[in-house]
Amino acid sequence: MSCFLPRSLVTRALSALAAAAALTTLAACGSSRARPVAPAAAAPPAASPPSASPSMPSMTPPPSAAAGPAGAPVSSNAVMIQNFAFAAPTVIVKVGTTVTWTNGDEDPHTVTAIGGPFHSPTLTNGARFTYTFTTVGTFTYMCTIHPYMHGSVVVVAR
Amino acid sequence: MSTTPGGDANEPQPANPDGSDRMTRRQLLRHTAWFGAAVALAVTGGEVISHVAGSTGKSPAIATGPVLRFAQISDSHLGFHGGANGDVTATFQQAIEQVNALGYRPDFVMHTGDLTHLATPAQFDQVKQMMTALDTDHVFTVPGEHDSIDDAGQKYRAAFGAGSRGEGWYSLDIAGVHVIALVNTLNLRFLGHLGTDQIDFVRKDVAALSSDTPIVVFSHIPLFAMYPTWGWGTDDATQALSYLRRFSSVTCLNGHVHQLFTKTEGNVTFHSGTTTAYPLPHPGDGPAPKPVTLPAGRLHAALGIREVSYRKGQHALAIRDRALT
Ligand SMILES: [Cu+2]
Repeated sequence: MSCFLPRSLVTRALSALAAAAALTTLAACGSSRARPVAPAAAAPPAASPPSASPSMPSMTPPPSAAAGPAGAPVSSNAVMIQNFAFAAPTVIVKVGTTVTWTNGDEDPHTVTAIGGPFHSPTLTNGARFTYTFTTVGTFTYMCTIHPYMHGSVVVVAR
Repeated sequence: MSTTPGGDANEPQPANPDGSDRMTRRQLLRHTAWFGAAVALAVTGGEVISHVAGSTGKSPAIATGPVLRFAQISDSHLGFHGGANGDVTATFQQAIEQVNALGYRPDFVMHTGDLTHLATPAQFDQVKQMMTALDTDHVFTVPGEHDSIDDAGQKYRAAFGAGSRGEGWYSLDIAGVHVIALVNTLNLRFLGHLGTDQIDFVRKDVAALSSDTPIVVFSHIPLFAMYPTWGWGTDDATQALSYLRRFSSVTCLNGHVHQLFTKTEGNVTFHSGTTTAYPLPHPGDGPAPKPVTLPAGRLHAALGIREVSYRKGQHALAIRDRALT
């Protein structure tokens, strides 16, 4: 089993950064049959195969890390879902803001908070989902159909 | 690439002239150990299946016909509307008819998930209704993530979960082969996921089996890391598979990726199956696993069904993938 995932991923206790790094590393696994690499020893991004999209937003570190342009948090109350990714993977809003997600893909997606308060129905092409954030904090979410699609909403005080 | 040589494996085997190898289905089932069978399997009384031959002391194992033959279909996505396939109901119907025209009656047919596109009650009704046309005694399923989008699989289990354990997993023994059907589309974070309850089920399920028992494992998402960037792997599969390491023959059959792919690791061979609905890109080909619209007339070649057969004494199961005609 040279190509299975690091056991640490199983714990699901990893930060989004570590998980993203682990996935980037693992992407090389299919072609190289490399032995599993622990996230702590994750190879630099250059190790990912050239065929993988270098700017896939769901693969981008959260704002606390040195985020590249594609992953830079933006102040916005609108998130497009495009090309199987949340086009603004991290948005910053003030408490009380209503955020709107719009599915621009032909494929269905969901906006599902991880252990959290909101869970959209299945969003078909063009469908929207809104949620009003009434408490300060960071809310991470994903698509239950494509669980590698992740995003987060950072809610700050007014 | 995953077709195994030995084409005669799929042809009906004539019964011995004296009828000594002849078994009725009732006898076949009676002679089969059903340890751990969690699914109620009806026995069709009296029907003679002349091409199913038991192993005899006289003939070498290779000379006997397959003792088990089944078909796999996958990813029918009923309810999908898009340019990649304008009529997924029609192509699924064709796949069913192709299974029925194999020239023998498969012992069972397994649908490895994404039966529906959006997990609506109407789509579940439709796929269930259509599969009643399959000419086999047993139709088995595992859910895909499209079948468990918004309710952790409740609607799926209401339609297909009868007799299963936990959140829809089960196992059964048929013709000396141990079949395990796993659910890895619930509680997802990045990849497919089994969970501790199900992993414990696998451990207990195989504990009493002899190591020469052929094992067949079904799941929707691959149990190997086919392309984790697109979620094509299962985060805790290693642990489940560790309980299968001692077995001489382990065959894992999955769907989800809508394309054929085979990989062997030690005693385990993984076979990703194709779809009856629409192709997806090869791993890493483009930014996302979006449905691929092929030029007119080329869709059927990308869709298909799979035949699997097992002969007593044979190490590996014979896999034959057939494009939709
Ligand atoms: Cu999605």
